[in-house]
Amino acid sequence: MAGLPSSTSAKEKPSAGVFDGIAIRLLAPSWLMIGFFLLVPVAMMLVYSFLTKEFRGGVIWEPSLAAYDQFIFDRGLFGDEPPVIEWTYITIFARSIWQAALATVLCLIIGFPTAYFIATRPANTRGVWLFLITIPYWVNLLIRTVSMKFLIRDTGPLNQFLISTGLIDSPIHIVNTNFAVQLGLFYSYLPFMVLPIYAAVERYNFALSEAAFDLYASRWTTLRKILIPVVKPGIIAGCILVFIPSLGAFLAPDLLGGAKTFMIGSLIEEQFKGSAGNWPFGAAASMILLSMVLVVLLFYARQQTRSINGAR
Amino acid sequence: MKRSFKQKSFHLGAVVLAAALATGAAGAAEKLSIYHWFEYMPQELLNKFTDETGIEVTMDTFDSNEAMLASLKAGSLGTYDVAVPSDYMVKILLDSGMLQSFESTELKNFDNIDGPWKDPSFDPGRKHSVPYQWGTTSFAVNRDAFKGDINTTDMLFDPPAELQGKINVLDSQGELILMAQLHLGIDQCSTNREDVKKLDALLQASKKNWVSFNSDGAKDVLVSGDAAVGQIFNGYSTKAREEGANIEYAFPKEGYVAWMDNVVLLKDAPNRAAAIAFMDFMLEPENAAAVSNYAQYKAGVTGAEAFFEDTIKNSPELNAPDGAPDGTFVQACDQQAQALYDAVWTRLKK
Repeated sequence: MAGLPSSTSAKEKPSAGVFDGIAIRLLAPSWLMIGFFLLVPVAMMLVYSFLTKEFRGGVIWEPSLAAYDQFIFDRGLFGDEPPVIEWTYITIFARSIWQAALATVLCLIIGFPTAYFIATRPANTRGVWLFLITIPYWVNLLIRTVSMKFLIRDTGPLNQFLISTGLIDSPIHIVNTNFAVQLGLFYSYLPFMVLPIYAAVERYNFALSEAAFDLYASRWTTLRKILIPVVKPGIIAGCILVFIPSLGAFLAPDLLGGAKTFMIGSLIEEQFKGSAGNWPFGAAASMILLSMVLVVLLFYARQQTRSINGAR
Repeated sequence: MKRSFKQKSFHLGAVVLAAALATGAAGAAEKLSIYHWFEYMPQELLNKFTDETGIEVTMDTFDSNEAMLASLKAGSLGTYDVAVPSDYMVKILLDSGMLQSFESTELKNFDNIDGPWKDPSFDPGRKHSVPYQWGTTSFAVNRDAFKGDINTTDMLFDPPAELQGKINVLDSQGELILMAQLHLGIDQCSTNREDVKKLDALLQASKKNWVSFNSDGAKDVLVSGDAAVGQIFNGYSTKAREEGANIEYAFPKEGYVAWMDNVVLLKDAPNRAAAIAFMDFMLEPENAAAVSNYAQYKAGVTGAEAFFEDTIKNSPELNAPDGAPDGTFVQACDQQAQALYDAVWTRLKK
């Protein structure tokens, strides 16, 4: 049953041997790092989001709900109309979530077969395939995104090739469209989907598939009822690793999408680095984003616990 | 054996550390920390400064006035000696008490400041800043795409059919909104409701004709042909033209943006003397001209013209044609007006 990630009993206490008795201290460095570089900044952000905005950046130490009010209520351009629901920021968040979700689905559609293919190669060639997957990612994300812009622009090689083959007469406009943003997100995060699924499929015990076939299951049924449920933790991990960074991405929207519309990332950036200089609002938007990410992670954690306890 | 080696290396380490601390203390007076725009300072000029004064220079860069302000407010005030903000940002820094003053007698080259720049509205009497470079922000039009008259803000806000959907604007609230206000003929920082509504409507209606909001790539979109019209700084337009774009820089009859970048003395500068030496250095005509030759802008320093390369003397971007209006400086609005323009900007990009 080595193929099933859920096969180790949760009750058995594993022993690390060399670290017997001091195991708890092994976590100390991580706790220090996380405490100082993650929890402290997040706590600061939480506090800032409830403070009063100082003109042109900075905060005044007076508690205020203005940042969250601005997010939720619209009082018109001049601030004197009766409050109605503010759709601006909800629209920006919804757009970012939609794009991140679409990027995740695209990565899954391409990434799953790729990961399966690699995991089913002979053990000695898998390393080569994985190596090939990672090669483009040795280059900085910014440079890869700019290069992609060069490839897909109106006068770029892609359009020139299509025109030379006679498939199209005039260049297809790809740069500065939502399609380009999708392409950028998909391309940036594909390996984050492939690698966890590969790890899961590699541990999959193919005797399970054979058993299914012996019992007259079709290929489709075997995929749906045996393979996917077993490698599901890998799929979920991949989806999370693609979805979360896509949600806050602003390189692809800015460079490939033309920065015509705010994404969550660029909206937050504008509050700190732009003319608005509204730190509490930037902090509030970050907290709302953080809460959403936390909900996704809690969902994942619950899925994990359920699959470990075998309750499906 | 192992133990003695460890001890030895410990002692060695202590000596090295002590030495480092000692040189650090001795060298403290001989350092200068600059906070500057990207691609705006030739390395040779910094080397020259170090050769002449013995002061070591470190430089960090920013990509917008607002990013610089945010960084200073977030705690880097007190780590830099000088920064190079634009006109309106000098005023903002001054008003929020982030600059310190100097006497004109501290700078032996103070009188080199060009007449009109001696008493600017953003720093009356030049008590906190000296000129670095000045220029204009308008837009450039690809002459293969459009042959008609380009000296009108219609190019951005009411473009002819052949230019629609081929316009890049700067991803910068101040410069884009000021161009729109000049187009409409309304005052900057106006809180008049009709004015703000008209501005909002104009931006909303124009957006469909704009292909992108890009500041860092303002030059590249014109060179690559991604955009046929691009809002751009004059020196950047020169560079785009030199890189092969068949473009012409416009001086619209409705007006355009003028700006001046300035070296300011920051509050709590760790090396005030070095900062003064640097400001003096930048007021030498030859040094100011070196920046001009590098960045393709003009210097506000008397006598710098003598060191300008011909590209600057004859540049169509730097020399406004007869009859063109003067450029308009971006104003720092008050809190109430700024909140309105922030809302207009967010609505534009939602």
